[in-house]
Order: sequence, then C-alpha cells, then structure tokens
Amino acid sequence: MDLRYTPEEIAFRDEVRAFLNDNLDPKLRAKLATGDYPDKDDLVSWSRILNRKGWAVAHWPARYGGTGWDPMRQYIFLEETQRWPAPQPLAFGVNMVGPVIYSFGSTAQKERFLPRIANLDDWWCQGFSEPGAGSDLASLKTRAVRDGDHYIVNGQKTWTTLAQYADWIFCLVRTDADAKKQEGISFLLIDMKTPGIEVRPIVTMDGGREINEVFLTDVRVPVENLVGEENKGWDYAKFLLGNERTNIARIGWSKQRIARIRELAAQEMSSGRPLIEDERFREKLASIEIELKALELTQLRVVAADARRGNTGRPDPASSILKIKGSEIQQATTHLLMEVMGPYALPYLDHEHDGRNEPFDGPDYAANAAPHYFNYRKVSIYGGSNEIQKNIIAKAVLGL
Amino acid sequence: MDFDLTEDQSLIRDQLNRLVTDRYGFEERRKYMKTAQGWSPAMWQAYAEMGLMALPFAEEHGGIGGGPVETMIVMEQLGGVLALEPYFTTVVLGGGFLRNGASPEQQAELIPGVADGSTRLAFAQTERGARYDLAHVATAATKSGSSWRISGAKSLVLHGDSADRFIVSARSGGKTTDEDGVGVFVVAANAKGVSVRGYPTQDGHRAAEVVFDGAEATHVLGDPGDGLPLIRRVVDGAIAALSAEAVGVMAAMRELTVDYLKVRKQFGVPIGHFQVLQHKAVDMFIATEQMRSIAMFATMMADSDDDRERARAMHAAKVELGRGGRLAGENAIQLHGGVGMTAELSISHYFKRIIMMNTLFGDADFHLRRLAATGGLFEAA
Repeated sequence: MDLRYTPEEIAFRDEVRAFLNDNLDPKLRAKLATGDYPDKDDLVSWSRILNRKGWAVAHWPARYGGTGWDPMRQYIFLEETQRWPAPQPLAFGVNMVGPVIYSFGSTAQKERFLPRIANLDDWWCQGFSEPGAGSDLASLKTRAVRDGDHYIVNGQKTWTTLAQYADWIFCLVRTDADAKKQEGISFLLIDMKTPGIEVRPIVTMDGGREINEVFLTDVRVPVENLVGEENKGWDYAKFLLGNERTNIARIGWSKQRIARIRELAAQEMSSGRPLIEDERFREKLASIEIELKALELTQLRVVAADARRGNTGRPDPASSILKIKGSEIQQATTHLLMEVMGPYALPYLDHEHDGRNEPFDGPDYAANAAPHYFNYRKVSIYGGSNEIQKNIIAKAVLGL
Repeated sequence: MDFDLTEDQSLIRDQLNRLVTDRYGFEERRKYMKTAQGWSPAMWQAYAEMGLMALPFAEEHGGIGGGPVETMIVMEQLGGVLALEPYFTTVVLGGGFLRNGASPEQQAELIPGVADGSTRLAFAQTERGARYDLAHVATAATKSGSSWRISGAKSLVLHGDSADRFIVSARSGGKTTDEDGVGVFVVAANAKGVSVRGYPTQDGHRAAEVVFDGAEATHVLGDPGDGLPLIRRVVDGAIAALSAEAVGVMAAMRELTVDYLKVRKQFGVPIGHFQVLQHKAVDMFIATEQMRSIAMFATMMADSDDDRERARAMHAAKVELGRGGRLAGENAIQLHGGVGMTAELSISHYFKRIIMMNTLFGDADFHLRRLAATGGLFEAA
C-alpha cells in the first residue's frame, strides 16, 4: 500500500497542468472560479481544444478516440481540470450516450456520432425522466410505434438539461406496452430538428434556465437510430447510469470550492476580523474537508480497484457511496459559501434573463452564492436520488 | 498509488483472521474478560508466536521490520473481535516510544523483550485535569545524582495493571502546561515508589491509577527537557492504529446488524424489508467505508516526519472516528431494538468500545478544533 502518486503520475499531473495553463483562456478560468457556468461557446471551443490534443474523450477505448490512460490517470486528469477550474465536458455526449453507442450501437452509428461527440459538433441531451417517471423511471410512457422504416414517437420528457442547445436527444421510449415495464423499453437517438419536437424552458428556483420540458408529437425517427436491440433499452440505460464511477463524486470540484471559500472568507470581515479567523467558521470548513478527504480516498480505492480489474466486472462496493457522499459535500460547500457572503447573499441579480439589472453595493462575488446553493439542491436528486442510491446499496451491497 | 497489500501483509491478515476466528468468539472473550488481568495470556502467547509483537521493530532487535500498514492490519483484526490483550499499549504506544525515542543502546536492551512478548508496556500520561492536553504534565522528574526520580499521579493508564514497565511523561522544568520541560522516562512497574491500582473500563478493557513516589527511572528516552515532540509523534501513530481498530469494530457492527435485519421477523417479514431500516443500515455502511478511507490516510501519514501534516491527518481521523463511530454504533443498537440493549449480545459490547474510543487521545470536538486552528486539510489546495 502506497497512497502517494508515483513519479510517473506526478509527471502526468504536471503535464495536465501545463496544458491547462497554456491552452485555457485565463478569463474563462477566472469566470469559472467564481462558480459561474460556461456558456455554450465556452464549452464548444474548449471541447475542440481538448479534442485537438486527443483528450476530449479520454476515458473512451482508444479505437474510438480515447487516450488509453489507466483509471488513475483518468482520475488525475479529471481532478486537475476540476480544480483548475476548466469547463467540464458535456456529460450527455461524452459520459452518457457516447459509451452506450460504442458499446451497443451499430457500426454506422459509431462512425456517424462518436467523432462528432468528441468535437462537440453535436450537442446531446438526455430524454429519460417524464412527468410520471422520476425515481420509477421504468414506468415511462413515451411511446414509439413502428411505421415502416420509422418509429412514430409521442410523449413528454422533462428535466431535460440544456435541451435548448441540443442537436440530438437520446430517449428511452416504450416499444412494447404489453411487456413487463422494464422489458418494453428501447433506446432511440432523435434529431432535435425533427418536426414535432418542442422545447419549453423550466425556470428553476435560482432563476436559471438550465432545464426544459421536451414534447414529442408524431416525431418520425428512422429505424436506423435505434441503439442495439428493440426492447433492450433498459439494459443500456442501466449501463449508462452505472458506468460513471470516476466523476460522480466530483472531488476536484469540491476542492476548488473549498479554495474559493477560503479566499472569500479571508476578504469578508466579521466582528472586525476576517471571517476565516472565526473559530466556529473554521470548524465548519474543517468538517467538510474531513469528509472530502475521506471521500477522496474512497474514490481512489474505487479507481485502484478498477485499474486492477481492467475496469470491467463488478464495481468495488465502495463506489456506491460516491454519489451520496459526493453530493452531500458539494451541497455543504454551496451552503458554506453562501454563509460567507452573510447579508450580501440576499440581493438577486437576473440581468441575463429578465432584463432587470439593478446593481447593489455589495461585492461582485456575492451575487451567485445563494443561486448556487439553491441550484445545488439538484445534485442529491438527479442521476437517481440519494434515497434511490440507498435502496440500491441496501439490495446490492448489504443483501437486504 | 496502490491500495494493495503485499503478499507478506496478506499473510499476516489471513493468519491473524484465522486465529481470532478460531479462538476469539464472543463467549471466549467473556471468559478472558472475567480473569484477574482481564485478557488472555494464551492469546498473548499466540500473537507472540505469530510475530505480531515483533512486527514494527527492526530485525536487529528481534523485530520483523514492518511499518504502519502492518499495524493497521493487526489493529483492524483485533478490533473485529474486540480483543482485550494489551497489544495497543505495549506494541503501538510503548513500542512507538522505543522506536522513536530510545537510543540505539536502549533499543538493543528494551526492544527484544517486547518483540518476543515477554515484556508489556503501558503509557502513563494522563493526569487529573489534563483532559486531552498532552502538554499538561505536573508529574515531576528530578535529577538525583546520575538518575531521575519520578513523583506524581497518573490516571487512566491503559492496561497499567498488566505492565512490566511504564513509559512516563514527567516534567523536568517549566510550568504544568508548558510545551518545554517534559521528558519521557521508563520506570519499572516493580520499582520502589510505584503503586498501581487497576480497574475495569466501560469497554471491557482495564486501566489503572499509577502513583510514582520518588520512583527511580531506568531510562530517559531522548532529551529530558524536550520530550513533547516525541510524545506527539507516538500519540499520532497510536491514533492511526486506533483508526484501524475502529474500522474493524464498525465493520463488525455493520455485519452483525445486517445479519440481524435478515433474521428478525416482525409483521410477518424480516425487518430488513423495511426501507427506513435499510437506510439506517446503509448509513452505517457509508460511515464504515469513510472510516476505512480516513484510517488508510492516517496510516499513510503515521510515520511522516512532517509534524504538522502528520498531526492534521490524525485530527481528521479522530473526528471521523468520533462522529462516524457514534453514528454507526447508535444505529446498530437502534436496529437491534430491545436485544441491542442487553449485555448478552455482542453488539452492545462493540457499541461500548467504539463510543469509548472517542475518548482516547482526544475526542472529535478536540481534534476538530485543532484541525481548524492549524488551517484545515486543504490549506495548500
């Protein structure tokens, strides 16, 4: 057991840092460091820089454009890009539909879609949840009926993140209404320009326009856009939700947030001294750090176990806690950062969306603290709520 | 970075696991606990024959040349069966002082007896009112000719009534809580002027009140006026070992509790069918895995020469032990219901141990305050 990085791993980390230093616009870095999100152009241009370097889809198999890095290098890359911070790749393409396509898709689908995912030529979104199918995802009702060499799709998807930018959506649709609910589902790739698709924004409590409803009315989808076999979509969905073990905890992101908390708590004054000198505040921060340190080691145990097994087979049981603990820690950082702002967490700025731009006299960096806290309530809900995660652990790990 | 044990380390784990599985059932433990010394000399002998006492020492002193990882392996296994023998006090604490503080001549004299299991040690540190402050030492060390004489009352000396020698912190200068002026001395348990009064502790172990009345020290470990860095270093190593023991205790509680959820029936079904109980069991699982991770971190840092970084790791581990251990333990009792309250089942004994471990060498609040005061874990991040 040696929990230090090897000299080779340190050299690799330095190589990643040098690349970030040389290639990421410092203005974008500074923007992300405040907690602001990259806009579409930021993400597209950064994805293309990564793709030119051959790092856009680092964890994919080499024959589809991956780097061939071992799990530890993949983890180091993620951690460094999150801590820098650099924009994170669009998960819906790179982490979700891409692996489904190269694992289960046809040769034509691989050739058509994979290079465009890597270069962010196609912006993908995820059509899983429906108004009546949240945690009970398999109860989804959107139907696809075969009509010659097309499926006719009717239904409604919801919570569709960044669908407003999307070129394509991958959807779970019901193709056999009579089968057991998990066995009548198929995985379809749908061009967002197809007639019959309507995207309506859902405004979240932080004022964000991140998520949408997607209505599908008599949408004609060529049969060639079916992934794998008809009625096997649930298997592919489980694969998609289960194969992300290196990024779900977002350790690097939380480290960057902690650095940000330290930085701003040194500027904000409380009772005549910097807030960071307040014992109670420091203890709260230290509590988060301890949980994060433990989770980092848990994450590395999972990475090392994956490396040993060649990233196949059953995940280490510890992997199941990454989502739960990772989301709790992310949420704790957003809450503490909001506390750093004190009363200046209060003013609401929404100049981007509703035309109001009524500035206040507090520090610039205060404006997004409360919105981020509100927004990050999502992380214990999406991707299988933390309660669903506990059900899974109870069954799969504890055998209850 | 790798988390794998070497072949030799796996062998130690498997051998010890076989030994305690065969000979450390809960009923046997109950018998060991009821003896006068409160533990099993036969098990002690078995550990010695396996080489567990020799593990952390250099080969030239009859040791095996292991490090913190070997200690972690042993402590986790001992925690899993709530072993009562004075391994922690003799090998981890006492051995830590001999490895880190003794001169080569002293090591050659003192280590072989520990390594072969014939000598037992105890660390006489705590005093009335000291709480968790290691610098709080009123016990006096007075130079008399070429020897040192120790006078003062030490409390809560773990396994003090089983020790052949005491490692004693005593003050050669300065005021009671000064960082300077503390020395580390070795005093034979049968020396003139040493009185020992043993008693049981909540977790089934034993401790003692030890009074030194002009007792002559046989050895001074290091500088008699600057021993606190040594004490801190040894206590840090002890905290790493306790963290590993906590992993063993928590993993056992989790296993016992999940087993119980599968067999106990109410409303016509095993109670493990109920989601609210499942989630409490999952919380135990999460706490145990987080403890395992932080114990590995502490183990990795246990021998570090960077005092500040080493201490931070131990602060983190002890906070996790106090908080996660309590959560896991209280859930274990709650999920067992009424039978969890009884002394008859082992689960209550695991619970008592994990709760009492919080009080050893600083509780969660104490270490959280220290960590916060020294800048946290990711200061440089």
